[in-house]
Amino acid sequence: MALSRSNWRSTAEAICVPIAAILFALILFGIFCSFNGKDPFLVYEAIGKTAFGNWRSFQGTLLRAAPLMLTALCTALPARLGLMIIGNEGALVMGGIGATIFGLLLSYGSVLPTSTTTTLGLPPLMVQLGMALAGIVFGGVWIAIVGALRHYRAVNETISSLLMNYIAIALLNHLVEGPMKDPSSLNKPSSFPIPEIYLLGNLGGTRIHYGLLYGVIACTVAYFLIQHTTFGFAARTAGGNVKAARIAGLPVGKLTIIICFLAGSCAGLAGMVEVAAVQGQANASIVAGYGYSGILVAFVARYNPLAAALVAVLLGGIINSGGALQRSELLRMPDATVLVFQGLVFIVVLYSESLYGRLKIFKEPEVPATPPPTTTTTATV
Amino acid sequence: MSSRRPLYLPRRQVIRGLLATTAFGVTSKLWTGCSPAPTETQSSTGGGTASPVSGKPLVIGFIYNAPKADYGWNQAQASGAAAIASLPGIKIIEQESVPETKEVQEVMRNMIDQDGATVIVPTSFGYFDPHVLEVAKDYPEVQFFHSGTLWKEGMAKNVGSYFALVDEGQYLAGRIAAQASKAGKIGFVGAKPINPVLRNINSFMLGARSVKPNTKMQVIFTGDWSLPVKEAEATNSLADQGCDVIAVHVDSPKVVIETAEKRGVLCSGFHSDQSALAPKGYLTGTMYNWGTIHKKYVELLQAGKTLMNGGIPHQVIGGIAEDYISMATFGPGVTEAIKKDFDGTKAKLVDGSMVVYQGEVKDNAGAVKIPAGTAYKVTAPELTQIDWLAEGVAGKSS
Repeated sequence: MALSRSNWRSTAEAICVPIAAILFALILFGIFCSFNGKDPFLVYEAIGKTAFGNWRSFQGTLLRAAPLMLTALCTALPARLGLMIIGNEGALVMGGIGATIFGLLLSYGSVLPTSTTTTLGLPPLMVQLGMALAGIVFGGVWIAIVGALRHYRAVNETISSLLMNYIAIALLNHLVEGPMKDPSSLNKPSSFPIPEIYLLGNLGGTRIHYGLLYGVIACTVAYFLIQHTTFGFAARTAGGNVKAARIAGLPVGKLTIIICFLAGSCAGLAGMVEVAAVQGQANASIVAGYGYSGILVAFVARYNPLAAALVAVLLGGIINSGGALQRSELLRMPDATVLVFQGLVFIVVLYSESLYGRLKIFKEPEVPATPPPTTTTTATV
Repeated sequence: MSSRRPLYLPRRQVIRGLLATTAFGVTSKLWTGCSPAPTETQSSTGGGTASPVSGKPLVIGFIYNAPKADYGWNQAQASGAAAIASLPGIKIIEQESVPETKEVQEVMRNMIDQDGATVIVPTSFGYFDPHVLEVAKDYPEVQFFHSGTLWKEGMAKNVGSYFALVDEGQYLAGRIAAQASKAGKIGFVGAKPINPVLRNINSFMLGARSVKPNTKMQVIFTGDWSLPVKEAEATNSLADQGCDVIAVHVDSPKVVIETAEKRGVLCSGFHSDQSALAPKGYLTGTMYNWGTIHKKYVELLQAGKTLMNGGIPHQVIGGIAEDYISMATFGPGVTEAIKKDFDGTKAKLVDGSMVVYQGEVKDNAGAVKIPAGTAYKVTAPELTQIDWLAEGVAGKSS
């Protein structure tokens, strides 16, 4: 592996491979569409126009991207430490539960306000901050449990985090159908609503809520934390070789739990945003699959927090275009179409990982220039 | 690995991700640029939103929270849409699998802004608060007809609720089930122990006990609206316990009906017609006739009436008398004698000489819930407070 910084070939590789992968996925998707009797170019146009066509529809893309940025970090951060955590959905749900409990406590002083309960009259910023902190702590602790199980009991973190999703969702259902239920929510069991003045509004003059801002900030902070601090360096070292890290004296256990906490706190914050900016209360609607989509974003972004923000926008655009494909008079495609597209992009991008370092044009010529003639012959065998 | 590499690697990755994303955006833009014509037509249709001018079709947008061919709630809603799709001057646009998040708000906005919809029909219960209310605020000229009973006096003027009450249908289905059952033991697979499901179970049981007072019922709640694996397990377990009729209230009864058919027991469906899924064991089931309500709405809308000018009522609720519900195709288990009994009972329910909730009704712990002499019509507000299971039902309501 070449270490020179002026290595333009590897930069070119890093740019060309994913673009080629996405183009290839587009071509595959086009073939899929023509098999279904739809003009692929009309489909491309519909996707492009609804996802990125104008500021109005681009807002829709950003709106959908906002929760994905935060949930992606839940997979991306531990991955740098060598942990494959897919408990994003559970952490999001826990964050939502925490935010609701503290939102109600800070507004009414109780999670079960009666009709006579008046609000405590705290300033909105304080309530929102409390909700955000609660979301962060609940989500963080949730994934920190996974990290602790991994470190102290050697429990496989992928399995445990996946299973903890179901626990979190069951806990949410239990709470909103039992101890936290608003008796007036008959058909759709929900917690009591948080007063409207304490909810997060939209970013000035748009339809985009503050979740996008949180997402961008969290991705940026995570990027600098991982790439430009000694803490991040230690985490990446442990991710590269955990034995070497131990020998070097790095506190692997502490790193695992802290990184897991940070990862979970991002997803928890996404849950808080779902409660405080979208639903206004906790109910089954906060389990919308943002956690699972976040895993996809993290994979495609190759665990880079900044790239995750961009991939989230890309995926948000694809999701955004789904409606246009269904409603367009010329297309009338079923709702699963965008899932097919999403799946194709995902598979092709993941497959393209294996191309790094294998394509001849991106290889450094400085390696002993004698072209080995045997390779071509053996390759055909 | 050198210590410089980590500093270097991310930049590469950032550029990579950045370019990949912009590449996608740019390529998409290119196509848009190549074909400006459709863009213009779309914006022109989007521009003329407000009033349904004569000659211009009335665009109605239907939104479903799952695929519309689910043999259940969404299929019933979609057939309601299909019932008005071919009417003159009507254009239907539909979107399925829309979650109850910001997504549905975006879909409503897109239908209004891009497709020129002036009427929106969001069909999932959870769309209402806050999503429909939020969007309705921004589009005071657009009318929203939500499937549910949630509109209350004082809410936005351009929002209305429509709903069909199934108690009478399930009462009739319960009567049929009890007559067809040999074991006198009915199984019920329900989603959650909440009011509409409990009412459904109780109506079914009251119907069953009205012909065979010793009928027993075992209920299993799966815990959520769509859990196919649990639904199959519940059906199997009920069949194992000796229930020879299985009734159901989940989003899509498909799995329960198919499993019951496989087990060779009778079944009673819900939401829409599942008779094709169980040609041997299907008895009947309550079906929603949303088309009846939608046709009425279209008539009023085309006559220039709106929710805002008071021409269209904000609450449209009814049952079997209004033809908002009907029974699914009878299966082979429904004999001539049962059919005759059905026709007689239905006529009484329709003309009002008989009601489903006629006291005395006890719950399954023996407490009197509706005293003798008291009768509740399906629209009675007291029925929305039901949080108990009727006598003879084994199961817990909380």
